[in-house]
Order: sequence, then C-alpha cells, then structure tokens
Amino acid sequence: MPMRLLKLKVNGRVRQIAAAHSALLLDVLRDTLNLTGSKQGCDGGECGACTVLVDGQPRLACITLAATVEGQAIETVEGQVRGGEMSRLQQAFHEKLGTQCGICTPGMIMAAEGLLRRVPNPSEQEIRDALAGNLCRCTGYTKIIEAVQAAAAEVAQ
Amino acid sequence: MKDSHAPARPAAPPTHSIGVRTPLIDGVEKVTGAARYTADLPVGPTLVGAIGRSPVAHARIRSIDASAALAIPGVRAVITGEDFSAPYGVIPITQNEWPLARGRVRYRGEPVFAVAAEDQASAFAALAAVRVDYEELPAYFTAEAARAADAVQLHDKKPGNLERVVEQDFGDVDAGFAAADLVVEKRFESAEIYHGQIELNATIAQWDPVQRRLTVQSVTQVPYYLHLTLAQTLGLDESQVRVIKPYVGGGFGHRVEPLNFEMATAALARAAGGTVKMELSREEVFLTHRGRPHAFVDLKIGLTAKGEITALQAEVVQRGGAYGGYGLVTILYAGALLHALYKVGAVRYRGFRVYTNLPPCGAMRGHGAVSVRFAIEALLDEAAAKLGIDAFALRRANLIEAPYRTLNDLQVNSYGLPQCLDAVERASGWHERRGKLPKGVGLGLACSHYVSGSAKPVHWTGEPHAVVNLKLDFDGSITLLTGASDIGQGSSTLMAQVAAEVLLLPMDRIRVISADSMLTPKDNGSYSSRVSFMVGNATLRAAESLKRLLVEAAAKRLNVTPEQIEWLGERCVVTGSDQGLGFADCVQAALAEGGTITVKGAWSTPPETQGGKFRGAAVGSTAGFSYAAQVVQVRVDEDTGSVQVEKIWVAQDCGKALNPLALEGQIQGAVIMGMGEGLQEETEYHEGLPLRTNLIDYRLPTIAETPTIEVALIESNDPLGPFGAKEGSEGALHGCPPAIANAIADALGLRLAAIPLTPDRVLDALRARQRERKLAALRREKEVA
Repeated sequence: MPMRLLKLKVNGRVRQIAAAHSALLLDVLRDTLNLTGSKQGCDGGECGACTVLVDGQPRLACITLAATVEGQAIETVEGQVRGGEMSRLQQAFHEKLGTQCGICTPGMIMAAEGLLRRVPNPSEQEIRDALAGNLCRCTGYTKIIEAVQAAAAEVAQ
Repeated sequence: MKDSHAPARPAAPPTHSIGVRTPLIDGVEKVTGAARYTADLPVGPTLVGAIGRSPVAHARIRSIDASAALAIPGVRAVITGEDFSAPYGVIPITQNEWPLARGRVRYRGEPVFAVAAEDQASAFAALAAVRVDYEELPAYFTAEAARAADAVQLHDKKPGNLERVVEQDFGDVDAGFAAADLVVEKRFESAEIYHGQIELNATIAQWDPVQRRLTVQSVTQVPYYLHLTLAQTLGLDESQVRVIKPYVGGGFGHRVEPLNFEMATAALARAAGGTVKMELSREEVFLTHRGRPHAFVDLKIGLTAKGEITALQAEVVQRGGAYGGYGLVTILYAGALLHALYKVGAVRYRGFRVYTNLPPCGAMRGHGAVSVRFAIEALLDEAAAKLGIDAFALRRANLIEAPYRTLNDLQVNSYGLPQCLDAVERASGWHERRGKLPKGVGLGLACSHYVSGSAKPVHWTGEPHAVVNLKLDFDGSITLLTGASDIGQGSSTLMAQVAAEVLLLPMDRIRVISADSMLTPKDNGSYSSRVSFMVGNATLRAAESLKRLLVEAAAKRLNVTPEQIEWLGERCVVTGSDQGLGFADCVQAALAEGGTITVKGAWSTPPETQGGKFRGAAVGSTAGFSYAAQVVQVRVDEDTGSVQVEKIWVAQDCGKALNPLALEGQIQGAVIMGMGEGLQEETEYHEGLPLRTNLIDYRLPTIAETPTIEVALIESNDPLGPFGAKEGSEGALHGCPPAIANAIADALGLRLAAIPLTPDRVLDALRARQRERKLAALRREKEVA
C-alpha cells in the first residue's frame, strides 16, 4: 500500500505520521494518534459522531482523506480542555445532561463549537440546523439544545 | 431517609443527594473524549476479526472449504460452527442458535464463518477466499407464509413454524362483550424496527493460551449472561472467563442478549492463540438486529356507555425472525401488559410467535408491549369519539386503585396514572385548545405503563435479584462495586446517589466500579428497567449496613451505645452532648476492628409480585409498574401527507424522582424513540435482503424534526421501590405512537391503523377518503336522478 509522510496539525500540535494515501482522517486520529474521542458510528457520513473542526469548520472525519487536510488546523474533542478547564460547551453538555451514553457527544460538541464560533448567540432554529447531521438515540435532543443554549448564554455574558 | 435535624446543625452536610438534579458521575469523561468504549481500548498487539455471512436466506450448508483462506499470508484462523461446543439462546428453553451457523443457515446475513488475520486487508481477503457450498431451501419472509401448512420447518418440532402459541383467558370475556353498549374492533399493524444505538458493535477477546483464560470486553448490556454463554458455547469452565463491560454507547435492547459476534470473537482468539478485535460495520449491526418484531394486532374492545371497558380481546402475530432469542418473552409480554394499566372486565389473548427467514428479533425498549399499546390506545380513542366521551374522561372511567391485583395476577402497589392525566391535560391546554386549532393541527392523548424489572429473572437460580458491595478503606473513600451495566442511562450515578443519601456523605466520596466479573458481584444486567429498582434497593441496603458498622464503631470509641449516636455523615455526635467524631475518625475506629471493610446489600422481589401460577405467568410480573400519559400535537400537511410533531407533553409516575435531571432525559429519549417508531422507522426486506442498513435510509429522528418535550414527574411513592422510586426509562415510549395517531385523527378525522405513519400512508388515506366522498356524491346524484 503506497504510504506518504503527512504533517497534521492536531489540537495545536504538529504531528508527523506515515499514512496510506487512502487513509481517512478518523482512522489516523484514532489508530495512529490514539485520539479516540472522535467516534465512528456508521459506514460513512451518516451519523456525525466523528465530527471535528478543520480550520474552524465542522467536518466528518470518517469521509475526509487525511492527506487533504495537511497544514490545516484540526481540532478534536480532546483539544477542547484547556488549562484544566473544559470548554463552555463541554461544561454545559455535562451539567445539562446533553450527554447520556456519550458516543455522539464528541461529534455533537464539535459541531456546536463550529456553530458558536460562527454565530455566538444562535436561535433554536440555528442550533437545530447546525446539528441536523448529528444523530443521538438517547436524549431526544431537548437537553442537547438546552446545553448549547446555556453555553451560548455564557459566551454572551 | 432525610435527616430531620439537618437545618439545626450546620456541621451536617446538606441533605442531600436524592431528588437533586445530578449530572452523570462519568459525564466529564464523556464530554472530554476520555471515556473509552470497546473500540477505543488499547490492548496491545491485536488481530483483526471479521465475519463471513450467508448470501442466502435459507439453505443447508453442504461444505465449507477454508484452505485457500488459510493459505493467505497473515491469516491466523478460520472458524466455523464446528468450533463451538453448544448452541445458545438467552432463554434457557429455546437455545437453538449457534454463534456461527451449523449445518443450516436461516437468514441472509447469518454468520457462517469467521476469520482472524494480522490486518484488515488480509482478513477481508480471507472472507472472500472461503468457499461455502449451499443447498437452498424455500424461505419465508412473512409470518403468514411461514405458517402455511406445507412450509418447511425452520426448526425441529415446530410445526407451522410457530415458536410459541399463547392462549390466555381471564374473566368471562363473552359475557363482557354481551354486557357492552359498544364493541369496537380493528386490525392494527406495526413495522419491524431497530434499536439504532449509535455505537457500532465491537468485541475484544484475549485468550491466554498458556493459562487457558479468556478475557472479553464487549458492548453488552448483560455481562453476566454473556459470561455464561461464552463458557457454554466455547466449552469452558465459567471460572476461566472474565467479562468486562467498558463504556457502552447505548443499548435499547440490542445488547440485552449475548450476540453471535461476541462468541465468534472469543472463539477466534482461542483459535489464533491471542487477542482479536472485532468491529462490525453499521450494515452488520443491522443484520445482528434483535429489534421489535413486525406485528399484527387484531383487537376488540367492549365498553359501557360510560366508557368502562367490559372486555378486551387481542390476537397478536409477531414475525420473529430466524431464531428464538427473547421471542417467547416478547409474545408473553404482549399479552401480560394488556393488563395493569386500566381496570378491564375480562381479557382474552391469543399470541403467535412465528419463525421466518429474517434476522432474529429480540427485546427492544418497551419490550413486547408497544404494538398492543398502539392498538389499544388508538381504538379507545375511536371508542371515546363514538360514545361522545372526552379522551381523558374515558381513561378516567377505567382507573385502578392501588393496591390492586390484576386478572392475570400482576400486583399494582402504586398508581400515579390519575396524576399523570391531570398533569398533561393541564399542560397541553387540552380542553381550551382542542377543536379550536388551525386546519391540519390536532391533539392526541395516550397512556402507557411498564415494569420496573422483571420480577423473575431469565436464569432463575434462587439467588437475590441484586447484590451490591461497598468497600470502605483507610482513605475514607467508598468504592461501590456493582455488576449493573451503565449503558448511558446513568445507573452508576444513581447508585452513588443512593449510597450518598443513606450515609449523608458527599457524592465525591463514592466511586463506582461496575460490570467486571473479576471484581464486581454478579448482576443480571440492564434490561426490563430493573436497575433503579432492584440494584437501587440492594445499594440502599448495603449503605445502611455500612452506616450501622460506622455507628457501632463510633459508639465504642466514644463509650456510648449505638442508639446514642446521631449520624450526620461527615461527622457524628452523641445526642444531647457536645461529644462527637469526624468521619475520618469514624473510619479509623471502624477499620481498627478488623481492617478494610466490605459490606453487602442484597434485594429480591417479594413472592407476591412474581406473578401467578399459569404457564408464562412470570412475564409481566414486577415489583412496581411505572405509568405515563402524554399529549402530542401534530401538524399534517394535506398536500404531502407529512406529519410534523410540534410538541409533546408527557407525565410519568416514576414513584420518586431520585435524579430528576436524568429522569427527564430518559423520558424524553423514550418518547422520541416512540415518535420514530410512530412516524418514520421501519426495516424493509426484499427476498430477505435488508434494504435499509444505514442511518440515512433507516430514519432515526434527527434534531431537525424533533419537538420540544415537556416532562412532568409524578411521585406516587412506591412502597417497595428504593426511596419510593420506580422505573423511568421505558414506560413513556409506548404512548407516543398512539398519541400521534390520535392527534392525526383529531387533525384530519382519519383513523390510521398502521405504523409508521409515513407521508405515503397518510396521503393514501387522504386520497382514499377523497375517492370515497366523490363516489358517495355520485351515488347520491344517481339516486336523485
């Protein structure tokens, strides 16, 4: 299998790895870099559990070739804890029970992070639009919306 | 257990953890990505496992030739059904499934062989290289076809492919119908649906070839049953096996029985002499299935003019799929839970569980009762309209007064349905708004109930239903050891709350270790909503026992009697004096008696809650029924047939809300699962080939179409539940599909009897009505002419 060296900037740190040309970003994150926070819940692009940010934009890592994001800033859920503090979204998902089993949570948080950076004070409809590609089977979504709203309110203060 | 002295004594910790909105104790791990699920676990050098599946729906296996596969470099093992010692099945009397098919395949996608290889590419090459010779047999994809007189039997001694026929009569049904002022009758249909947990199935099996020990980490809800089944199918002694449940990404019943891939992974690890990791694709998770069966429900209800139910008769046919699984329990639940929600004059039940050449169905949230509840609540709504009675009034005409013994010997000890009805009637503005809504908008009501744990476990050994250990050590922290499987519902958090409440200690003193057969006491698993009730009760007793030890030790140290000690958690005092001990000193005093302390709490369901004596009576029996009522508001687009649920008001009698935050989350999740079932979810097959094996075509509800769900928690204080609590995870699901159907009836005047209520179905019904009206108009014109 043809391999190449890739320089990936993940959570602010440059990581040089060898990967197949066809390597998917999700597999590189999980298997090579041991960043297992991003999850795989489907056979490709169906569930949103693998959502990461690439240059601030939500992307599905399971259908993104790692080689195509070389040099871009990749952020995963693990990078959201800074200086021992969870991000406002992580805090809100925890406190408001936006998470139950937790398997969709990293993707949900990263998609919401992308939204709050674009729209710091989103309407309920904007939250629904931004998270429409992220499936959750546990919560019925009500508490996920409340968590995003709580995090947004904290930003606004 | 509240400390009535707390306000007067500022030294006491705040009272306390029960009834407090408590985030999950493992929530930080989940939101930071630190939580390790099975597929995330670091296990060192690992082989890749993969499963070869049947391309045909029904066939004899003439031969399997693995020689070409074994010749591929990197391939370490190929196994078949012959590598197992015994068949399995979660119900001891219907064990007719092999982890890999043996001699015969009965559904398309059934595992036939499995391979372990050094990497994925060689594993997939091996799958393609194994040659299986099949001799095809006739296959049946509907219950009707499988029941035909000349159909080939899928399993021995099952004529008509009937896995189980249930015949139950309680009370004088014919007299009940004769006494009725109105008899309504209809056939209902509900589609086969699937759990849709977001975590893919995965198992890691480690075989130590020298010491002959097996360690399995898997996505299970039932580590204990998995443990038993691994030993049985691999021919190992149970003491050679260790089962660990890591973080689990949802279950909803998919993982409530040991599954074929788990045993296949273990057998591969043994065959290859190492560690094998098996990760299934989403398509394979669909093939593993175990969801809710397709069902026909022929229902007949008799009512008095006042709306009292004089008799109820239901015939249920479930398309069970190829193997037993939980099938006989599912068909018994459908009959048992015709009772215990309302007072019913007499009940006749006929249940038929049918084997077909499709992936096996199993237990799914709301197990067994959802299809019949849809039928009953929809038909009651129709009856109310015919009698000119309000939907709420009709339910109120049939309320139970607890304690109550149902006709089929179920025990109802607490009954908050009246308060649930009041709550959603008020919250939805039912009387003010109904009939005054815009065109296409309607409101619908439905009620439901469910068990707080099956009063008799599947494997009846005579042991207590739940056991919890607490360990207290030198550092003053308490380790709670439980076999209970937290699968996201928050059971570990709940157990910590219960222990903290009894001991009046802060939550962070309690740490939970769960579901590792080497460390934790046996637990039957997370199913039938048993954990809060049963494990909660065991935890309560363990904590009381620990508290007694601490109080006794403190009394001895202070030279007083235990009765003189007032326990305040972080410290205790001698009543009426200023003498006392801090918690650290209490712990030290207790440890001085004999070192590290381990106490046990155990709980069993009382015999009077374990059901009657007739065949199948154990199913449906429980120590506590939860109750729920919900009102759904829909908006129907008459041009497209699409139904939008705009709002749901739900109230659930949870006995006592131990963790209101988690309960709301459970209820909201259950209701939306019901909404998916009511509106959009359906598996579909063509000649046994599943057509919707991905999360695009199989339509789980998304955040885009999910309404806000307003939850009211009703506390009926159950006499047996821990602090009065009952289940909170399933009971509200059943009511959602019928509430939607009833709301559509309110909006359109159309009564639809099949779920999911897809745009096609709604549009067909609208068009049929239009045609009917046109024809009627033509007939009138002719008559006039």
